[in-house]
Amino acid sequence: MLGLIADVSYWTQSLLRVFGGIVAILLPAGTIVYVFLFKMMSFMQSRLGPMEAGPFGSLQLFAEVGKWLQKEDLYPERADRFIFKMAPLIVLSSTFLLVAVVPFGPDAWFTNFEAGVFYALAVSSVSVLGILIAGWASANKYSLLGGLRAAGQLIAYELPMVLAVVGVVIQAGTMNLQQIVVAQNTGSIFGWAGLGNPYILTQCVGFVIFMIAVQAELTQAPFDMPIAESELVSGYMTEYSGFRFLIFFIGEFATAGVFAFIASVLFLGGWGVPFSWFGWTSIDSIDNWMNVVGPLIMFTKMMLLVFVIMWVRFSYPRFREDQLQRFAWKSLIPLSLVNIMATSVLKVAF
Amino acid sequence: MTMLGDRQQLAYIASQAADARVNVELETEGMTLNIGPQHPATHGTLRIIARLDGEQVVWAEPSCGYMHRGYEKLAEVRTFPQVTALVNRIDWLGSFANEVPFILAAEELMGIEAPPRAQWIRTILFELSRIANVSLFLGDLGVQLGAITPVFFAFRDREYVLNLIEGATGGRFHPNFDRIGGLKDDLPAGFIDETRVVMRKMRKFCDEIEGLLFGNEIFEARTRGIGVIPRDLALQYGLSGANLRGSGVDWDLRRDQKLPMAWDKVDWKVWTHPDGDSYARCWIRLQEVRESTLIVEKLLDSLPSGPVMAKVPRIIKVPEGEAWVSTENPLGEMGYYVVSKGELGPFRVKIRSASFNNISIVPWLLKGVYVPDIITILASLYFILGDIDR
Repeated sequence: MLGLIADVSYWTQSLLRVFGGIVAILLPAGTIVYVFLFKMMSFMQSRLGPMEAGPFGSLQLFAEVGKWLQKEDLYPERADRFIFKMAPLIVLSSTFLLVAVVPFGPDAWFTNFEAGVFYALAVSSVSVLGILIAGWASANKYSLLGGLRAAGQLIAYELPMVLAVVGVVIQAGTMNLQQIVVAQNTGSIFGWAGLGNPYILTQCVGFVIFMIAVQAELTQAPFDMPIAESELVSGYMTEYSGFRFLIFFIGEFATAGVFAFIASVLFLGGWGVPFSWFGWTSIDSIDNWMNVVGPLIMFTKMMLLVFVIMWVRFSYPRFREDQLQRFAWKSLIPLSLVNIMATSVLKVAF
Repeated sequence: MTMLGDRQQLAYIASQAADARVNVELETEGMTLNIGPQHPATHGTLRIIARLDGEQVVWAEPSCGYMHRGYEKLAEVRTFPQVTALVNRIDWLGSFANEVPFILAAEELMGIEAPPRAQWIRTILFELSRIANVSLFLGDLGVQLGAITPVFFAFRDREYVLNLIEGATGGRFHPNFDRIGGLKDDLPAGFIDETRVVMRKMRKFCDEIEGLLFGNEIFEARTRGIGVIPRDLALQYGLSGANLRGSGVDWDLRRDQKLPMAWDKVDWKVWTHPDGDSYARCWIRLQEVRESTLIVEKLLDSLPSGPVMAKVPRIIKVPEGEAWVSTENPLGEMGYYVVSKGELGPFRVKIRSASFNNISIVPWLLKGVYVPDIITILASLYFILGDIDR
């Protein structure tokens, strides 16, 4: 947003940024919950899902939020109250920090940060902290097991995620997410610029690894060991109720949306269309209407990726903790290292 | 030690003591995890007390009885026909199958036998309740492993079977349809055609579950080689049903026992699996649902005509004596030991339910497994709480 509003005063800018951030978090999260969790899951399981609240149950989420807000804010007697209350906020703040670097259009961004990729990967692991202290502070054995599992899993899957992104960074030659979008849309495949050069084609291995790691970072099935409702009741969320549970719940789907945003920026060309379609050559020659259409394109790509994430979530059983670690360390990490090597060799060769 | 001087000896002892202190300080303590009585994975109120070292189980014991309803004692103050209403509720997913062995025991004491048509219908309803029971297991298996979709398929398709049972008996869950000497009623019109359609649907459901779960690599990784019960041990612990056949023991009371039922009138196959792990037990149940649908179809083909009730007195007094009848119920061997003193009601009824024996192996089986495997092992052993606690 900053690019659009560079001439207004500082506090207005800050206010607009906060507002934009909330929209960029809550809008995807709400859409994901309704379209995928409520409706797609229901259709996959041969039922209708919510039908009463609003047309086709589209206001169901508001009803649920209203219900959660009315519930009592319970905490266990022996819980460490201060950090027990903080934990959901830390998890959610990770999502807000993450969305700050995502570019939604040629001028529609919150920060145009040079080391954007680095920053995104760094703040995405802040949520581990929140989950771990949620597990510890609950004074509940199930929560503790869930929190520890989450910590082990999230740290293990940080690594393949980072390594998968390294391939993209090498190919684009920049860590700025905006530049990565431009590089993909101005690029060409063997001299043919009709599609640009979305990195999903050249970095397909990296894309698959990244999506698997995202699945694990989101603790969605088949990597939902930390929540594992049939074993650990609800893992680190067991003791949370009402508003704080709502924050965890919204945070989970908001993070899914933001990770899908980042994946679409890194691999699918982000907000852009191939520049050759409209005869653009660089980011400066882009028309202003892209600032409106860009976010919509991003949103479409995000929904596509979340569809894949949710599809896997609804149909797969879950791994065991040790199998999950073995999968990360023995398969994904070596594979992503090979991918980096191949990328750098080809980068030098061409 | 003798080679060392006093000073060195003291230094050695001091260093040993220091090491010991460090060891004591670093020693970790086990954690006791109470799984249940209220827990999403215990389908009811089973409580598993597990002592953990990290995520590994050191010691585990099931603690049951939270839902004890005293059916054996209650049966003593009921008349014989009234007892079926009680025993319906033992294994509540396959209720009709609970009534049959008790009625057979009473018939044995009275020296009467149900007419052939009643025997056939009994067997058909018995197999239908097996399908209703085990198909829910197949869906529930997915939930225990974290896949949420199969259970909805199971509930969807099980509904057709329950509709059949309701159509024939009037009760979806607790038919209370079996009578001493036969059945309450004949089959309703259209039952036979409808059943054929539903049996095809159930086979399709089995294919769906096989594709969704049994072909899945994660499912195999979670169940293959987990919770292995060796053949000898399975026999020693008195396991029965699919748990026993999953360990490679070819034992099925439907085939191995002479009962006034119709199983021996048609051809069918007893499935066994040599592995004895969780996968084997689940796989056997899947095959048994398929086999049951085939049994039902074959029985419908050969359904004899005639009455469904033998000649029995209006007021049933069972002559003095003792009888033991057990059948191969959906969960395993279920039997009734009935003692009669020649009065209206039984003097004593001992109920041998399958799940109680099946979970007796849990302490042995859970030793050394990880917490997630507790759930898959319990799911694959497949018990119904009412069947454990009675």
